[in-house]
Amino acid sequence: MDIALQYLINGLMLGVMYALVAVGFTLFFGVLDVIKFSHGDVLTVGVFTALATYLAMKAAQLGSPLLELVAISVVAMAAMAALGAVIARALVLPLRSAPALNTLLITLMLGTVLREGVRLIFPDGSNPKPFPALLPTTAFSWGHFTLRLDSLILLVAGVAMIVAVHLLINKTKLGLAIRAVAQDGETARTMGINFTSVVLITFAIGSAVAAFAGVMNGLYYNEINFSMGLLLGVFGFSAAVVGGLGNIYGAILGGFLFAGLQTIGAVALPFASAYKDVFALAVIIAIMTWRPTGLIAEKSSERV
Amino acid sequence: MPGSGPSPLPTLAWAAAATVYGIIFLGAENEREVGALLALAAVAIALGARFGIVDKIRASIGANERAFDLAALAGLLVAALWFHEEHFVILMMTTALLLMVAALGLTIQFAYAGVVNFAGAAFLGVGCYTAGVITKYTALPSVLTLPLGGFMASLIGSILILPVLRTRGHYAALVTIAFGILFKVFLEVNDTLGGPQGIQVKPIVLLGWNFNNPIRIGDFTASFYFSYLLLALLLLVMSFALVRRLERSWIGLSMDAIRLDEIASACYGLDLARWKVLAFTLGNFLAGIAGAAYGHVLGFIAPNNFTFGDSLILVSIILLGGIGNLWGVVVAAAFVVMLPEKLQVIQEYRFMLYAVLVILILLFRPQGLLPRQLRDYLGGERKAL
Repeated sequence: MDIALQYLINGLMLGVMYALVAVGFTLFFGVLDVIKFSHGDVLTVGVFTALATYLAMKAAQLGSPLLELVAISVVAMAAMAALGAVIARALVLPLRSAPALNTLLITLMLGTVLREGVRLIFPDGSNPKPFPALLPTTAFSWGHFTLRLDSLILLVAGVAMIVAVHLLINKTKLGLAIRAVAQDGETARTMGINFTSVVLITFAIGSAVAAFAGVMNGLYYNEINFSMGLLLGVFGFSAAVVGGLGNIYGAILGGFLFAGLQTIGAVALPFASAYKDVFALAVIIAIMTWRPTGLIAEKSSERV
Repeated sequence: MPGSGPSPLPTLAWAAAATVYGIIFLGAENEREVGALLALAAVAIALGARFGIVDKIRASIGANERAFDLAALAGLLVAALWFHEEHFVILMMTTALLLMVAALGLTIQFAYAGVVNFAGAAFLGVGCYTAGVITKYTALPSVLTLPLGGFMASLIGSILILPVLRTRGHYAALVTIAFGILFKVFLEVNDTLGGPQGIQVKPIVLLGWNFNNPIRIGDFTASFYFSYLLLALLLLVMSFALVRRLERSWIGLSMDAIRLDEIASACYGLDLARWKVLAFTLGNFLAGIAGAAYGHVLGFIAPNNFTFGDSLILVSIILLGGIGNLWGVVVAAAFVVMLPEKLQVIQEYRFMLYAVLVILILLFRPQGLLPRQLRDYLGGERKAL
């Protein structure tokens, strides 16, 4: 029973991370109808920025774990917000009128550049790096079941971030502008919304959220590597697609659904748990076959 | 057709010049020489474009296609014979030739039918592993690995046919990316296939001739890779002819129509599914054959040879060359294989370098270095119309 609970906590944690990545995909798709395949690698760059900040603070002998935690999160999120906006400005917006394949390729290649950049620029970047455990690791026990405080804090923080994004999109004026652009960019422009800046801000928000997910991942596993973003990106995109692109609830639902599938693959199925990723990816392909544009299908009609 | 078009002389001169350049490039000893040669090529091309020589050569090639094909083949053979004792150069040329075959397969998919496939390295890997498994676990003649490698790649690819047909654009890309990653993870965790360490591929033995033996005819002794080079060249010639015939046929025309506008082509009665399935299967078949041969050349294969990055390199090849241009594929594959080997400085940076190059190409010259030409069914007689 305690094993099952442990898997539940782990699955929830993965679900929160996938949902956070998926939210980014959904936001970008909403405003520009593009998939930014470098999203996962932005996450990698974010988590490595966090690690670099931590090492710099350690070297300067600054502050307590709490201060370090706040600093690495803020720096990583701010840096990735800037990076996201730059990517949108320099690579995604100029290709708006080009075939979709070109946007896809350019962001895929950008992902490679970011991934390789981390590997080559970070000292000894090819090998996994230890990520500091900055959260209190006090453990609570109920019978056989133990819950560590850091896992709990991470879960709560992740859920809080999801709620914050939800409120930002649905309750603020900025969110209204984002939703307006997502619904109809042309009409939004005629209503006096600055299209370009809304797009850039959306990319900044999505990328900052990815950086947050990356830091969460680092704090949870205490190990990061340069290719972590590729897999997280593919899983996050799958989550967004499973839920239905352009729909923020779909992304959240998809994230948890996907983490659930992976956990089932690791625990409940009659093959070695090493096959859990093979299982999860096979299920993605199957779901795409069944519902080519996601469970909550993208609303579209062909204009000829 | 003598006298009906531009003279074949520029074509032959160009092929000869390219051969000489290739031999000097392959023989370059240090990185300064390689750099100088690259600069020389850039200057020559810029000057050629400035003074209209490039256009003249292009027109001549267009009118004398067969002559150019034969001249290019002869040039390759001359270069191979020149270096017949240099194991490393011959290995490099063989690798490039096999990657060209795989990239031609991807060309059918990407450039003609518009079916995206970001798992090119996975299908190459299917071929490699088929060769490995056949030579390790069965007593089948090892030369059968080539057709079987292609067949297995098509067969495994057929699992993806339904998802690829039903999805479009980004969603289809996700399907193939997911498959590519799935394949590599599967190889890593499967013990029968050797896990992360990989498996050995035994050499091809054809009619008692072991391909790993050096060729000796009288005083002539060639590298032990030379047999593979000849095999790779044969595969390339066959697949090149196949893909070019395909492009010129009604099949190629139908595929182009489908890529450019699915709805319109469906309205004109084209069977979208048929041509897409054909393109996908045939492309994977070529990648699988190339993979099987590549497995024999390498002798030892591991999951790390077939990462997502390698798939992206294959895509870079067809994009850099000019999507849909077969000679572009040949040039770009040679470039992509040789450059990191010749400039050891960039070996470590090659994934990044190609990614940056593709981004620049997409931003500033989306049609590639050698853009695909319009079909010219009438050859040199066009002027008469």
